[in-house]
Amino acid sequence: MDTANRPAAGGMQMSRRQFFKISAAGLGTSGLVMMGAYSGEAHAEVRAYRLSRARETRNTCTYCSVGCGVLMYSLGDGAKNAKAEIIHIEGDPDHPVSRGALCPKGAGLLDFIHSPGRLKYPEVREPGSKEWKRISWEEAIHRVAKHMKADRDANLVEKNAEGVPVNRWLSTAMLTASASSNETGILTQKFMRSLGIVATDAQARVCHGPTVSALASTFGRGAMTNSWVDIKNADFILVMGGNAAEAHPVGFRWAIEAKKQRGARLIVVDPRFNRTAAVADHYVPIRVGSDIVFLGGIINWLIKNDKIQWDYVKAYTNASAIIQEGYGFDEGLFSGFDAEKGAYDKKTWNYELDDKGIAKVDPTLQHPRCVWNLLRQHYARYTPEVVADLTGSPIEGFELVCKHLGETCTPDKVGTILYALGWTQHTTGAQNIRTMAMIQLLLGNIGMPGGGVNALRGHSNIQGLSDLGLLSTSLPGYLPLPNEKQHTTLDAYLTANTPKTLRDGQLNYWGNTPKFFISMMKWFWGDKATKENNWGYDWLPKWDKMYDVLHITELMYQGKINGFVVQGFNPLASFPDAHKVRDAFSKLKYMVIIDPIATETSTFWQNHGESNDVDPSQIQTEVFRLPSTCFAEEDGAIVNSGRWLQWHWKGAEPPGEAHSDQEIIGELFVALRDLYRKEGGKGAEPVLNVSWPYANPKAPTPEELAKELNGRALADIPDPADKSKVLVKKGEQLPGFAALQDDGSTLCACWIFSGCWTQAGNQMARRDNTDVGLGNTPGWAWSWPANRRILYNRASCDPAGKPWDATRKLIAWNGERWAGADVPDFKVDSPPEAGMNPFIMNPEGFGRLFCTDKLVDGPFPEHYEPMETPLGTNPLHPKVVNSPAVRIFKSDRERLGKHTEFPYVGTTYRLTEHFQFWTKSVRLNAIAQPEQFVEISEVLAKEKGIVAGDWVKISSKRGFIKAKAVVTKRMKPLTVNKQTVHQIGIPLHWGWETVAQKGYLTNILSPAVGDCNTQTPEYKAFLVNLEKA
Amino acid sequence: MALQSLDILRRSATTTPSTQVRNTTEVAKLIDVSACIGCKACQVACSEWNEIREEVGHNIGVYDNPTDLSAKAWTVMRFNEVEENGRLEWLIRKDGCMHCADPGCMKACPSPGAIIQYKNGIVDFHEENCIGCGYCVTGCPFNVPRISKEDGKAYKCSLCSDRVAVGQEPACVKTCPTGAIQFGSKEDMKDYAETRIADLKSRGYDKAGLYDPQGVGGTHVMYVLHHADKPDLYSGLPANPSISPMVSLWKGVAKPLATLALAGVALGSLFHYVMKGPNEVSKQTEDEIEEEDRLERERKEGAK
Repeated sequence: MDTANRPAAGGMQMSRRQFFKISAAGLGTSGLVMMGAYSGEAHAEVRAYRLSRARETRNTCTYCSVGCGVLMYSLGDGAKNAKAEIIHIEGDPDHPVSRGALCPKGAGLLDFIHSPGRLKYPEVREPGSKEWKRISWEEAIHRVAKHMKADRDANLVEKNAEGVPVNRWLSTAMLTASASSNETGILTQKFMRSLGIVATDAQARVCHGPTVSALASTFGRGAMTNSWVDIKNADFILVMGGNAAEAHPVGFRWAIEAKKQRGARLIVVDPRFNRTAAVADHYVPIRVGSDIVFLGGIINWLIKNDKIQWDYVKAYTNASAIIQEGYGFDEGLFSGFDAEKGAYDKKTWNYELDDKGIAKVDPTLQHPRCVWNLLRQHYARYTPEVVADLTGSPIEGFELVCKHLGETCTPDKVGTILYALGWTQHTTGAQNIRTMAMIQLLLGNIGMPGGGVNALRGHSNIQGLSDLGLLSTSLPGYLPLPNEKQHTTLDAYLTANTPKTLRDGQLNYWGNTPKFFISMMKWFWGDKATKENNWGYDWLPKWDKMYDVLHITELMYQGKINGFVVQGFNPLASFPDAHKVRDAFSKLKYMVIIDPIATETSTFWQNHGESNDVDPSQIQTEVFRLPSTCFAEEDGAIVNSGRWLQWHWKGAEPPGEAHSDQEIIGELFVALRDLYRKEGGKGAEPVLNVSWPYANPKAPTPEELAKELNGRALADIPDPADKSKVLVKKGEQLPGFAALQDDGSTLCACWIFSGCWTQAGNQMARRDNTDVGLGNTPGWAWSWPANRRILYNRASCDPAGKPWDATRKLIAWNGERWAGADVPDFKVDSPPEAGMNPFIMNPEGFGRLFCTDKLVDGPFPEHYEPMETPLGTNPLHPKVVNSPAVRIFKSDRERLGKHTEFPYVGTTYRLTEHFQFWTKSVRLNAIAQPEQFVEISEVLAKEKGIVAGDWVKISSKRGFIKAKAVVTKRMKPLTVNKQTVHQIGIPLHWGWETVAQKGYLTNILSPAVGDCNTQTPEYKAFLVNLEKA
Repeated sequence: MALQSLDILRRSATTTPSTQVRNTTEVAKLIDVSACIGCKACQVACSEWNEIREEVGHNIGVYDNPTDLSAKAWTVMRFNEVEENGRLEWLIRKDGCMHCADPGCMKACPSPGAIIQYKNGIVDFHEENCIGCGYCVTGCPFNVPRISKEDGKAYKCSLCSDRVAVGQEPACVKTCPTGAIQFGSKEDMKDYAETRIADLKSRGYDKAGLYDPQGVGGTHVMYVLHHADKPDLYSGLPANPSISPMVSLWKGVAKPLATLALAGVALGSLFHYVMKGPNEVSKQTEDEIEEEDRLERERKEGAK
């Protein structure tokens, strides 16, 4: 800022312009007035308020999973002759989380709706062509349906080699959209599975896949444990593996609120001093990819310093459980490793059972094989010195985090963790999160208001898409899609997925799997699903392998996939190793893009100079681009990170000829079904038998689909308490999942959503924001499961049913039942003395310090180096440098670099001004952050002769990008294993379909290797080189 | 009197007194720099509400963008990395009009009714009366007003006078994700600031304090600073801002005398205005100012 032109205090310094202008000003003023040039009457009016009679429509922000409420204002008052056009958007002050606030993306939503990148008409790019051609919807749907049918007829696998009906169509893949509503999601699920599509994935794969694995294997459910507002109840907040202020600004307000109202302390551990660090009490640097060392070190410190909430640990965790003989860990490998297969045989990673099948425990924690002692031994290696040496974090910083966390081991102090993709996007993604989940169990912070493990989900409905099972091997409600080997029959499936109780008196809620599954089958196949045909079990596709995004890309690259349907996703930008992805797309026969805005994926065949150097004439892929509506132009519900299903309303018509996703899927389905009816074809049965009972089959409505998500009774359902009474009458909406039956008398698309649209109406549209205690607003929208807001809340009370902390009373045992501000996450009438444990989804009822055989890479987290390590070794166990359970394709392994060639560590991330690759099409956001840049330390800049604002070239083994240099004190070289490690920060938002400055796809740089458990790609730690461009 | 939604306290270059009998709540915006994450939601909400869009610029090696205030960017975040007491701090300040109680822009403004100060404290530019002379730029101790290249008129933050007039908070305040921007009566804002300062002191910021500079009579946009003793750390926030001495001198003691003595010259000034129009003058002036600012910026950057 220019300060020098101002006079120094008390002085009379003046620049030339001041003198010139001030003398003239005085003259002008006096002159004009004196001469009577103006009337000089003292009145004035402000600009007229521009919304006085505009129509207000409520909606939910389409970007991240905070799920902020927005008010959309449109032209016209709703009169038929007025065409509504949205003219302004601002925050909804009634919304309990956002309270009127919006981040820079939300505040700029208007320019998303009116982006010049919005698609208006169906288009096709013919093989080898350089341009788009506008076509009619009829032609588009007809041509796409023809392609799909021909490919399915040619390649559907009806039965596998063993004769098991598998009904699998692998040669066409599909991606689904994390910003689309639940209603679109569930319709897409039905569409895909009836066709046999198994090569399918959603954005959950590239973001929070490991969260689901880690949290489900520890606590029983794979979701953020608490809610956004609840963060205000914390005494200590750790932000690590995420950058909440940057990625979830409005949710982060509740961390600021905890600081303001409770005096909470906030510490950030991150490779960069980021925007969260700007408002934190302390910042601790860390090397990317070394989080388990840091967190394992915390476990060791807590044990050594006896900062354990013993009553909680003994009662609610599996510390006392005895593990099978034969389990062990040596030189970087857990027991059971098969070097040839590159995988573990996990059979020793389990509880020792007695002859009744009950897990043995030693409540005194003396048994050498009890979890507590195994835990102690495993982390004894993670001393503060080892932490400092491998993470590059200063030892004081590490110990400060330990001290603050350790203080929360008392019942009246609670700490929380906010994390996101900084932990998930690693080969050890799930295990990073597991380590923190274990820490929170040791401190007694799970189930507590102000505690938990808060996974800050990414996209606005990626939680919903995960819930709806839009992933290769999933079905709605976290039921697995049947596997061709283990689940050859319905009985085999139900037996495998209905666990037996492992401790006496536990709820073991997955014991109800048959009710959930059969109700879902009635939704899939309607009247065609009967007991006799096993509810249509043979029609469901059975998977052989998981077809995640890395696998799908590899198969395309090998020319084994012909078709690709891309619904609201930009894989060319999102997938790692973008050049490989582009080459893979070039081998497709047809591609179908369904999106509201132009994406780089849709124009992968265009030449954009150095950033996409292709020859369109050599690319024979036929590309269809179908314009869809955006959030503002449709009704429906999306699920925020806190599991709230929030209904939103349409505010305007879409531009041009855009159709809603439900219409597009409806039209495609009807066209395909007509083809099968007319021509017959391979595997026609599931296509013809799938239930499609919508009033207009070409355009199922959000209301119809939402009601199916809740479920209804197909016959009178008797009251279990009094069989002479009817609980739910035939045809009525179900009150919740407790009413589901396993005899075909109920229909429910997604059991965990049951309760969202009952006989009382649409519960997701509720807007009572009354705070009933600790920031709980149970009357706002509807939360799965059963409107519970804080998961595992039984653990907020001691074993006798009394809250650990009277000031944090969420629920309590009142002598007859569990009751309080939240819906108990428990059997409401089970008295404390019955000994039921709080983790009701786990068959033993415990929170798991040792996660048994639930993860593929170990029951305890262990530090492994990233595939591209700057150290070239793993000082903890040099023989096992990287995770032994990593899956990597040969073509991807060949594209890995070494630290000798690429000496710096690259890490990618988002900026708060942008949302992924969408907002580069949004003018307001392009203004706020217009051009691609990378962040480097002053030391590295000096070494390389780079100054701020220079163009630099960053290259990895896989390609290069060019960007501006931001030279900053906020990145510092670290000393790791006695060598200097420089880290380079690489924001990811740029591309060529943009109103910002054109840029390179950042993921040209990142390697195609994923988390061992979920294959979420490693975007956070890889090797690069840097030079001045 | 004419219907109006906000009572006027003063009006530029106007001798007629304003109505004064009604009591109006004095409002203020409080920017708590210690809670600001620099997300720029305020920038975006400001542009969206006020229907302005700056050109898409370039990255010049910092997070700041747009890199400066303009006729189409009425508020910008300014980022500064400092090492204080052995700790790295990223000080992020939302820059824009301070809505001074004693506005230098208004004192300098020669055009009747181009600048209005409402009784609630808002200082608003009325572009229809602006002649584009650029004197407000000189008069401002915070270097805030900017002359539009399109219409030659001066623009700056209005504190969303149109929203405040109907009882709403300014757009930037409403949207602020972390609650770093608050709005209310000036009294309430000062009280709230005290609680924030106490919290900062408990976290080791002994010099935390309120920025409400008295050299301009106090402001209706105030800051809570962790280092209130060093406002310059916050991208050059002036320690003791005051109205340019020439503006004060001219409009104070010397004004009656000078008005008489220079009436003839004033006539010439009017003649110039009528004959040549405002834009030409303003463009030339603005170019000069820009050149001076650019050189100054270069000097400063060189010094770093």
